[in-house]
Amino acid sequence: MRKANSPLGLTGMTLGFVFLYLPIVLLVIGSFNAGKAVNVWSGWSLHWYAQAFRNEQLVAALWVSLQVGVAAASIATLIGTAGAFALTRLPKFHGRGAFRLGLLTPLVIPEVILGLSLLLLFVRLDLDRGIGTVILAHATFGAAYVAVVVHSRLSTFDRALEEAAMDLGATPMRAFFKVTLPIVLPAVLAGWLLAFTLSLDDLVIASFTSGPGATTLPQRLYGQVRLGVSPEINAVSTLLILGVTILVIGASLVSKQRNAS
Amino acid sequence: MGAVPHWHASPPAAPAPTPTLPHAAREGGSGLTSLVSITGLSKRYGPVTAVDAVDLEIARGEFLALLGPSGSGKTSLLRLLAGFETPDAGRIVLDGQDVARTPPYDRPVNMVFQAYALFPHLSVAKNVAFGLEMEKRPRAEIESRVAEALKLVELEALAGRRPDQLSGGQRQRVAIARAVVKRPKLLLLDEPLSALDRRLRERTRAELKDLQARLGLTFVMVTHDQDEAMAVASRIAVLNHGRIAQMGPPAEVFDRPADRFVAEFLGDCNLLEAEVLAPDRVRLRGEAIELLVRPMDRPAGAAVTLALRPGKILLGPDGRNMLNASVESIEYLGDLSRLTVRVGAATRLVLTQVNRAGPLPAVGDGLFLTLPPETLVALPA
Repeated sequence: MRKANSPLGLTGMTLGFVFLYLPIVLLVIGSFNAGKAVNVWSGWSLHWYAQAFRNEQLVAALWVSLQVGVAAASIATLIGTAGAFALTRLPKFHGRGAFRLGLLTPLVIPEVILGLSLLLLFVRLDLDRGIGTVILAHATFGAAYVAVVVHSRLSTFDRALEEAAMDLGATPMRAFFKVTLPIVLPAVLAGWLLAFTLSLDDLVIASFTSGPGATTLPQRLYGQVRLGVSPEINAVSTLLILGVTILVIGASLVSKQRNAS
Repeated sequence: MGAVPHWHASPPAAPAPTPTLPHAAREGGSGLTSLVSITGLSKRYGPVTAVDAVDLEIARGEFLALLGPSGSGKTSLLRLLAGFETPDAGRIVLDGQDVARTPPYDRPVNMVFQAYALFPHLSVAKNVAFGLEMEKRPRAEIESRVAEALKLVELEALAGRRPDQLSGGQRQRVAIARAVVKRPKLLLLDEPLSALDRRLRERTRAELKDLQARLGLTFVMVTHDQDEAMAVASRIAVLNHGRIAQMGPPAEVFDRPADRFVAEFLGDCNLLEAEVLAPDRVRLRGEAIELLVRPMDRPAGAAVTLALRPGKILLGPDGRNMLNASVESIEYLGDLSRLTVRVGAATRLVLTQVNRAGPLPAVGDGLFLTLPPETLVALPA
């Protein structure tokens, strides 16, 4: 920190950022390339963006991803928030440690294993694989992230606020909706955004759990790349990066506002 | 920011046209009618008995302080009154109704929380309006009552602020306004001054007492600070191990403690072992000193402990109970000096003396002391 603006520190930082962002920058620049060849620059153009939106498969995959993201993030938020409340609010119950571990395990389990185990479960249950199973799978690991975010907010929540609400005439239910929820809401929203972003990004778990007719955007992109990279893919990826960046900035703004209040 | 407005600009004597809350105010000005009647109230947490068969009468319009060390049960008693805890046994009759098992949101009781517990997502005005909105009052009534309550605590100008934009003293006043706007029959205060710094605390306690007098509300305040309790309360209940050790006006509890615990908790106290000779006469144990004491109900020969406040000892020969003493140490405390002296063979006394002009005694000096008999209180040994 102290030597952040020394020549050595500056060089190191620059190299680091180049390492991290050069591939992304190349991808974004490539998306504006007028020509078809990925490695030959032939002038600026928005041609591939228009082309991408005419690609019905890509548009369908985007639509699937958005549906999966919204549904999975919403389910994850319900489960994760409820779990966070259970962890902070219930009197010490038998097996609380196990419950906590169980809720947070999807954070550390390798995606491949999570995907595989979900696949085995769905096959066992004889569930037809499709958009529903992807939503369930994404809700599973999304819930863990939501639980972490909401739990950290709840653990610093002053219970006297709820008592004050009840003292002033609010039933426990009204105290929750008038006081607890508004104060915790930014964390819940941040959790939703996080779960949505993770769902939008996921390739591995979707590959295990999706079925015909439920190809997500990352799956479609991956499939197309195997047939050769086209600037069209660069364009879609750029849009995806833009969307995710906006969501992440949104989530951090929401949680900043939470800290301020 | 600037200077904190003083919210009782006029001295209590001046009949300033201060706002009062009509219904709650002075509804029972008939002296010692009981507002709250607590009988046999007990609360246990696992093996710990926090409140142990407490009986307590709270008079209408009084300012009662529940005073005790941490773990004495004072906070549990307050939470039982508020409804946050359910008693294991006993009754709390409030204005003729047993409310011991009534949830907090159905009790005509409001509380000022220790750290104020203001709602961080709501403005000052919305915080104060919260209780009235829960009652589903008409909007116009809410607005006028909120304005009235904010005026009472001189916070009209800050109605739109968020709690995190207020100073500690301002927050405390919002907490008070939020509670009194509901016109409760009983106002509970949980260590209301402990979050303030020392100077502000001393000023605020005068304001609190003034507010209580103006509203004519019944206040019950929990505190561990005996100075605070004596400064504001009309009556003090000293708690120890979940029981009320003594209850009475501050001067009575201070001057005539009922037992050793009360004597020591309310301030410095000399405790002397003695043997009863007559109802008003004792002999100090191990000494040839006989003293006249406040008359008591003990048989001759009984062992007692005498309690004597350091400030009650007079320097110089002045009536009965004169003793020779020699000075062992002196602490200079500004307004006061604290002297440790020896009387008789091995009895030590601590006394405080107001520092006036003139020299202080020196270590080794011989002194005459007078122990006024009415200030020597015999406690169970």
